[in-house]
Amino acid sequence: MAKKLDKVDVVIVGVGWSGGIISAEMAKAGKKVVALERGDHKERSDYIGVKDELRFDNRYQIMQNLSGETITSRNNLDETALPVRTRTNMQVGTDLGGGSVHWAGATYRYWPYEFEIRSKTIERYGKDKIPEDMNLQDWGITYEEMETYYDKWEKTAGISGEQDPLAPERKNEWPNPPLKETPSLKLFKDSAKNLGLHPFQIAAGNMSQQYENPDGETLNACMYCSFCTRNGCDFGAKSDPLATVIPTALKHDNYELRTHAYVRRVLYDDNSGKAKGVMYVDEKTGEEFEQPADVVVLSGFAFTNNRLLMLSNIGKQYDPKTREGVIGRNFNGQYNSAFNGAKGFFENKKFNLYMGAGALGAAVNDYAADNFDHSDLDFIGGGAIELRQYGFGAIASSENVPKDTPRWGKKFKNDSLHYAYRTLQIWYTAITMSYWHNYLDLDPTYKDEYGDPLLRATYKFGDQERNIAKFGVEKCHEIMEEMGADIIEDDEVPEEFNHSFTGGHYTGGVVMGDDPNTSAVNNYLQMWDVDNLFVVGGSAFPQFGGHHPTPTIGALAYRAAEGIEKYMNDGGQLAEPKTS
Amino acid sequence: MTNNGSDNNNDNQNQHDQDGSHTDVSRRKFLKNSGYAAGGVVGGTLLGGLIGNPFETQQATSTGDDTSQKHLQQARTFFSRSDDFKTLAAATERIYPQDDNGPGAIELGVPYFIDKQLAGFWGSNSKDYMHPPFKPQASDTHGLQTKLNRGEMFLFGLRRMQEVSQEKHNKSFFDLDGETQDAILETFESDDVNVKGMKADTFFELLRQTTLEGVYSDPAYGGNKDMQGWKMIEYPGPRMGWGNDIESEKFLSKQPKSLRAYQGGGL
Repeated sequence: MAKKLDKVDVVIVGVGWSGGIISAEMAKAGKKVVALERGDHKERSDYIGVKDELRFDNRYQIMQNLSGETITSRNNLDETALPVRTRTNMQVGTDLGGGSVHWAGATYRYWPYEFEIRSKTIERYGKDKIPEDMNLQDWGITYEEMETYYDKWEKTAGISGEQDPLAPERKNEWPNPPLKETPSLKLFKDSAKNLGLHPFQIAAGNMSQQYENPDGETLNACMYCSFCTRNGCDFGAKSDPLATVIPTALKHDNYELRTHAYVRRVLYDDNSGKAKGVMYVDEKTGEEFEQPADVVVLSGFAFTNNRLLMLSNIGKQYDPKTREGVIGRNFNGQYNSAFNGAKGFFENKKFNLYMGAGALGAAVNDYAADNFDHSDLDFIGGGAIELRQYGFGAIASSENVPKDTPRWGKKFKNDSLHYAYRTLQIWYTAITMSYWHNYLDLDPTYKDEYGDPLLRATYKFGDQERNIAKFGVEKCHEIMEEMGADIIEDDEVPEEFNHSFTGGHYTGGVVMGDDPNTSAVNNYLQMWDVDNLFVVGGSAFPQFGGHHPTPTIGALAYRAAEGIEKYMNDGGQLAEPKTS
Repeated sequence: MTNNGSDNNNDNQNQHDQDGSHTDVSRRKFLKNSGYAAGGVVGGTLLGGLIGNPFETQQATSTGDDTSQKHLQQARTFFSRSDDFKTLAAATERIYPQDDNGPGAIELGVPYFIDKQLAGFWGSNSKDYMHPPFKPQASDTHGLQTKLNRGEMFLFGLRRMQEVSQEKHNKSFFDLDGETQDAILETFESDDVNVKGMKADTFFELLRQTTLEGVYSDPAYGGNKDMQGWKMIEYPGPRMGWGNDIESEKFLSKQPKSLRAYQGGGL
């Protein structure tokens, strides 16, 4: 029997970027807040002095422990899904700060076109441009509306960047100047310019200088030490919630953070049609608690948000046979069809590739969004072409060999030592779409450690995914050729999704929009069906954009925070539904 | 900032602090307690059988060389049968052989690295989802699906290699010449051998990946002996940062430093 606790104004489930932002905003607004985080209470000192490739990149120290819970995966409706068993294939963040502690920091806003992708595609190319199986949807919010929230998040995070010549002109400059330029970045930019493209330095969640954010939190200057992606920052120099919104929230007495608190259900009251609170387990003791609240905020990873709604029977589960229901609908993400491009091997150049920072890189957006004419192309939307200098460890660098090299033995050893620092990769961060046949539901077979069903992902590519990937590879090849690589290898475009969840970019399932038949939440991320339940995070993406997701997740969290305050003042639905 | 000290070049110093007198004292104590010290004659065979080769330890300590502790850390704590371990060692050496560039897997300590990895959480898949039903042959499409954990995969994979070696060549795997060893490894790599409970190529990939990890991970894990893996690949190890060098047009080849140095030498 769960022990019932005192009611609070707001209970927040999951404290990463989204939950951290809601935490800070609600704490500042004086609300009585309890935040529940299933992971450990990490702080900066957990990430100081632990630069270790094996521990973080190969043994996945700060990725979710899958022994109690993972997801299952299949391509087709008639297949039996299998669990994704190891962290080699399933990398989702864990502990306080969530996935954003280990993110790289690459920062792009989604484009005006992308927020209204359905309307604008029809406007320019006609309705026939959209394949029949694709659930292409507008977000229910415009770029102009999002601008304020992007700006707010960028300032909190202290992003270092410069104006992308093709992007809408910024109302405010990036909070910090761009990171330094390495020879590999310079080569990419010069070559892109020669081809008539518009290169720029990628905006980064790695500080180009010391910075104090509007909440009074100080971030330090990035050291270019290379231990960034899949690592926490040694210096408090990465834009993550541990350096920003979480300490801001914790300064307020009206804010309480409970870690090792694993939420199993959202409690729903049939009479009022509202959420009453949540039931959680203290994972240190196994005790169950009921935490009542006026407002419930789900701000976990997309998988968690979806599964909690399903386990709690809240909202109508999507059924691909009838194509009705919204929970689990439009599951999307960037999988093995994104981030393909070309690899170049340089016989006479050696780059300091062991140095770097997560988002240190250069990009062009000439092939992003609708910045290029798609009339004769067999896909919609686009992505950035990027060259990144993350800084690589020795294990990773030892795999830098041309494809025809034996994979082990004398020749492998010799050539991998030769090419370790002579290899550059560029890739296309292609948009990915949602389809009627891709969705999330509960697995009929596999269970978690408490006996609850695992989440099941059903996902396969549409033609779009293969077509846009091929296009990206060709464009990357052209730039690599201009860069003067001696050997150029095009990435092989995969035929099908490979059940590998390794990039952290998995979204949708509780998507936002203006039509309750095709979206689960309105543009404040408030559930259409339950006024006092907000579902915040990547789960709201109706389809993926052509860039890394974090800034949009951060901006949407600020939008939701505004909505929660509005709701607490006025009650009711914050947006008018439009049904088609 | 942290006291990580990128200029801290005290790897050797640390080894002295850690090993030096301690090892010496224990050894003297043992000799005294065992009654052999008094007579001034130490039976190498007897002591060798009990605690390894004592003379190696003595020599290492007395010359101030920092290898003594590393040798003491090189013992099997996962693998039981010496033949399994010798098979593992031979296989890793074929994957990453000694050549003109420098040492191979055995000299780099890779077999002991693997032994230690398998003795820990990774070897027992304790952070992986290990609930049934299992479909061990489905690993092409869905990542690792075995019921066996990595430690068991290594054990049974290596024993299968020994069986194949005996069947085909009537010899132990580790007694075969290199090319014959390669041929057996290739049949695993191409999944042309049946191994109960797993796919042979899944085992081979695990063996290959773990070997490279042993060559190039921090020496704290027992491989990459004396950072020779890093020296060969010109990897400098973890450092405070590269803000002053990041724009450099020239490739900078630095003497590597270890995680232990980065942490300021430890306790």
